[in-house]
Amino acid sequence: MANDTSVSAKGGSTRFGRLRAYVADVPLLAWLLGGLVAVLLEQTVGDTLADLVGLPKVPVLFGCMIMLKEPTLIPSALIFVALVYGAPILLLGKLMARPGNWMADRMTSWPIAIPVVLHLVLLYAIMHFWADVSLYRMLTLRLTLIAIMLTLSLNLINGYMGEFSCSHPGFMALGAYAASAVMVLFFVNDRLFGEALLPEYLGPFIFPAALVLGGIVAALGALLIAIPSFKTRGDYLAIISLAFLFIVKSLFENLQFLGGARGIKGQPDYADLPTVFCWTVLCIWIINNFVRSTMGKALNAVRDDEMAAEAMTVNTRFTKMVAFLFAAFWAGIAGGLFAHTVRFINPGTFDLKRLAELLAMVYFGGLNSVYGSIVGAVSINLLGEMLRPLALYKWIVIPLLLILVMIYRPTGLVAFKEFDVRKLIQSKRKPEDEV
Amino acid sequence: MQLFFQHLINALQWGSFYALIALGYSMVYGILMLFNFAHGDIFMVGAYIGFGVATALAALAALSALALPNWVILVLTILIAMYLTSFVGMLVERIGYRPLREAPRASAAITGLMIGIILETGNLAILGAQRIRFPSLIKTQVYDIGGVVVTNKKIMIVVVSLVLMLALNEFIKRTRWGMAMRAMAFDYVVIPLMGVPLNTIASLTFALGSALAAAAGILFAVAYPVLDPYIGITYGWKAFVAAILGGRGSVKGACLAGFLLGFIEIFVGAYLSSSLRDLIAYSIILLILVFRPHGFFGEPHSAKLRL
Repeated sequence: MANDTSVSAKGGSTRFGRLRAYVADVPLLAWLLGGLVAVLLEQTVGDTLADLVGLPKVPVLFGCMIMLKEPTLIPSALIFVALVYGAPILLLGKLMARPGNWMADRMTSWPIAIPVVLHLVLLYAIMHFWADVSLYRMLTLRLTLIAIMLTLSLNLINGYMGEFSCSHPGFMALGAYAASAVMVLFFVNDRLFGEALLPEYLGPFIFPAALVLGGIVAALGALLIAIPSFKTRGDYLAIISLAFLFIVKSLFENLQFLGGARGIKGQPDYADLPTVFCWTVLCIWIINNFVRSTMGKALNAVRDDEMAAEAMTVNTRFTKMVAFLFAAFWAGIAGGLFAHTVRFINPGTFDLKRLAELLAMVYFGGLNSVYGSIVGAVSINLLGEMLRPLALYKWIVIPLLLILVMIYRPTGLVAFKEFDVRKLIQSKRKPEDEV
Repeated sequence: MQLFFQHLINALQWGSFYALIALGYSMVYGILMLFNFAHGDIFMVGAYIGFGVATALAALAALSALALPNWVILVLTILIAMYLTSFVGMLVERIGYRPLREAPRASAAITGLMIGIILETGNLAILGAQRIRFPSLIKTQVYDIGGVVVTNKKIMIVVVSLVLMLALNEFIKRTRWGMAMRAMAFDYVVIPLMGVPLNTIASLTFALGSALAAAAGILFAVAYPVLDPYIGITYGWKAFVAAILGGRGSVKGACLAGFLLGFIEIFVGAYLSSSLRDLIAYSIILLILVFRPHGFFGEPHSAKLRL
């Protein structure tokens, strides 16, 4: 807490710093309440308000697309965003700061699970009402959540372990194909697999098992890479994993019973927002616990100096293998969710372009950090959607942005920051208030 | 048997593209320990620059009635495009890699990747999505040697590639600049303290690699005249695998691995099925790397990596 106030005081001279100092005592709980009110406000009076300020409809992604498409509407879009999002969040956050802090203080004496679940429920409610407005938002949000899982799991290899893996789209493909095959085989009348084998009401129960199976298949694939590449230290993981990506893609192109180059389509629609949200939370929770465990610390030691780690009795090869397989497992699960969100996959889905996108998310957000993965996945994904009106030039703007980030912050925006849930949800009351 | 030799010749041609591109990857990796992920797109840019130069030269020759023979135009195209593309390579190094010299190597790889995407998109934005046709400068002549069909283009491609590879090898082995490059590959932390300019050598490395990529691009365009902006991403990444397979910074290794990749791809396509090409080619490469993790001619590097 003391640290937080000193940071805000230091930046107090700039306008941004002053704003930061102004909201320094707002706990996460109050922010979430503000956000909830904002999305509810948008749902109830959004249309009227949009009419009032002269917008054709409620801006889908915070007005960015409208602003890029029609520059004349920039003021209206800004007013709308300020009224619907800015004002309620800021005002309510500030208003609720005292009760929120009181509540957060009370909750510190409770088991940690209760406040965490409370925050998650609030967060989910915000997402639910926000995405309820349009199908497009729903899809974007689900894909963003999946991207967080992918980024975090890739960060485990490229950030925490300090290797350079290129095979993540391959793991994704393994998971996606395994989960899709199971679900389509059992629950869909399909040209590829024939009649559905199980009644439909079993679907939601089998779905998690299918995802886990996808994760396990991906982890088995990872074993193929891990055995040869962790024998020696060096850049050979990069090249072996790249070869693996080509092999997986080519394999699925040749497996005719999995649709060959045409892929699998018509996955049942089980990956709805609550499911994806739960899996994402689970992924963040487990991976965060992993990197904070002894194993995770050993992994960091291996990255910083393998020989020293070995001398400190770290079984380097085993550590690296476990982390690699673990990351592949989560990539496989994310791949399964991805397949059931997009509901169409073919080998071309998991190509070098996806690799570039995943790497961009990891390095933009920040290495060795859960926050970084979330920031990277959310910003690259939303940027990609927001800049859609730029068409082709989107792929010049985003790479340029990433190059600038790399030059000025070579390890990414929020690198090497520990994700501590207790710290995140604690009361933000200044120490002097307590006296 | 005739068929076998036929495929052999095709494989030689196909492998020489990979080998030429792989050389650029391999040199940068050998000297600066960087993955230059923009190199595949430099190959693409080289092919497009070649297209521009060839079109301009042909128009110029027609206008001034110089009556330049077409093969002179082709040679000039290759030389000018190599020269111009080397500046593209130096620019990429200056923008994407030099500011990141102290940063983790992976970050530099990411900037390279992003520069590659920018080059690709820039090409799409400038020239549009339609494919372009490289002017056919030399007429195809078919020679029949004991039932094996050889065209003059294939001979030219293989010969030019081999000449370039030998020239590069001689340059690195025999000149002072080449010696500086080898020294830098040995240790790029200490050698600059001996008065060898690191930045100049880095620029030189990128320039040489890009020039070879441009030559590969034009030769590729001579064989397969239809160009699109994605040739960089399709062939560049494969050549990257070949470069690493050859061993760190080894000219011999990169050439050998490039030809090997070409041979596997052509022969799998010819005798099995072209859809199995990638599967078999990379499985073989994976197997080789399992038994020779440092590639054909690479030595285990014991120096601590800055990752």
